[in-house]
Amino acid sequence: MKLFKFLLVGILFGIVMTKSEAVSWYRIQEMFRFQSFHMYGIIGVAVVLGAMMHYLMKNGKMKNIVGDSIEFKAKPNTYIASLFGGTIFGLGWAMTGACPGPLYTLVGHGYWVILVVIASALLGTFVYGALKSKLPH
Amino acid sequence: MRVIEFLSQPWHWSISGVMIVFVMFLLIYFGKKFGVSSSFQALCSIGGAGKRFEYFNYDWKNHSWLLVFVVGSIIGGGIASTFLANPAPVQISQATISDLAALGVQTPTNISEGTGYVPLDIFNFDTLMSLKGIVILVLGGFFIGFGTRWAGGCTSGHAISGLSNLQLPSLVAVIGFFIGGLVMTHLLFPFIFSL
Repeated sequence: MKLFKFLLVGILFGIVMTKSEAVSWYRIQEMFRFQSFHMYGIIGVAVVLGAMMHYLMKNGKMKNIVGDSIEFKAKPNTYIASLFGGTIFGLGWAMTGACPGPLYTLVGHGYWVILVVIASALLGTFVYGALKSKLPH
Repeated sequence: MRVIEFLSQPWHWSISGVMIVFVMFLLIYFGKKFGVSSSFQALCSIGGAGKRFEYFNYDWKNHSWLLVFVVGSIIGGGIASTFLANPAPVQISQATISDLAALGVQTPTNISEGTGYVPLDIFNFDTLMSLKGIVILVLGGFFIGFGTRWAGGCTSGHAISGLSNLQLPSLVAVIGFFIGGLVMTHLLFPFIFSL
């Protein structure tokens, strides 16, 4: 089945999020208090290695699994949305100690109250969708 | 058994960073991209929001791979916390432990007190019924959904994918993430935790 491989990658992602401790509310607090290198190390390695990966994929003419050349879409130049939306997400990231990936992963840990956080995130998404045309981008 | 014991240690940050890139590589190789918060848009669309608002009026089946990925990450969290569990809670710095204690948040030092993934005093259904719980869990969740969708991405889409693909809008978004996180942690937490 074509989708099954994404289940496996998702399982790997959940394990990585847990073992990296990026799912830890305490680690996120440590990060926003600049009291440990841990989270900066994770993100730093991922960005530097990821940049090398992007470079090699673009210049090495790498093909994807179905043999098409890999294309990277540029992020839209919506700087106001990036800054304002990013700031609002940052408030929520510090409060809940979790970004979207870890939110799902923590459900798997059995912290059921996280389902309420996810439901609230869906409500936030719905309200964004409702107000989208009125917000600056 | 040796392998399990090895994997059960907390991973060094450099290993974790490499593994995140491996996940991103797999998704790109499979013709997709690394970005989790789009799943919120897809879930709202499945719920019928597309009938009312244009933003959700798209073929969510284009995101079915992401929803499968999300289900996988839930399972992965279950596997890691059951079979690969750390023998000790998350070890954070003494400075953070002291700062959090001043806010009234206890950090587990022994596994019997918790894993150190979430503060159990806050992340429970009793606290959810209090003003403090509503602010942290409900408003916090709302900000995550509203903010990531306005910004067009979260930590995976902007901070990892976007920055590593040298996208300027992603750098602006990450600066926003930190403005929000720092304001919340340093200016608003003392007030919220006194609720």
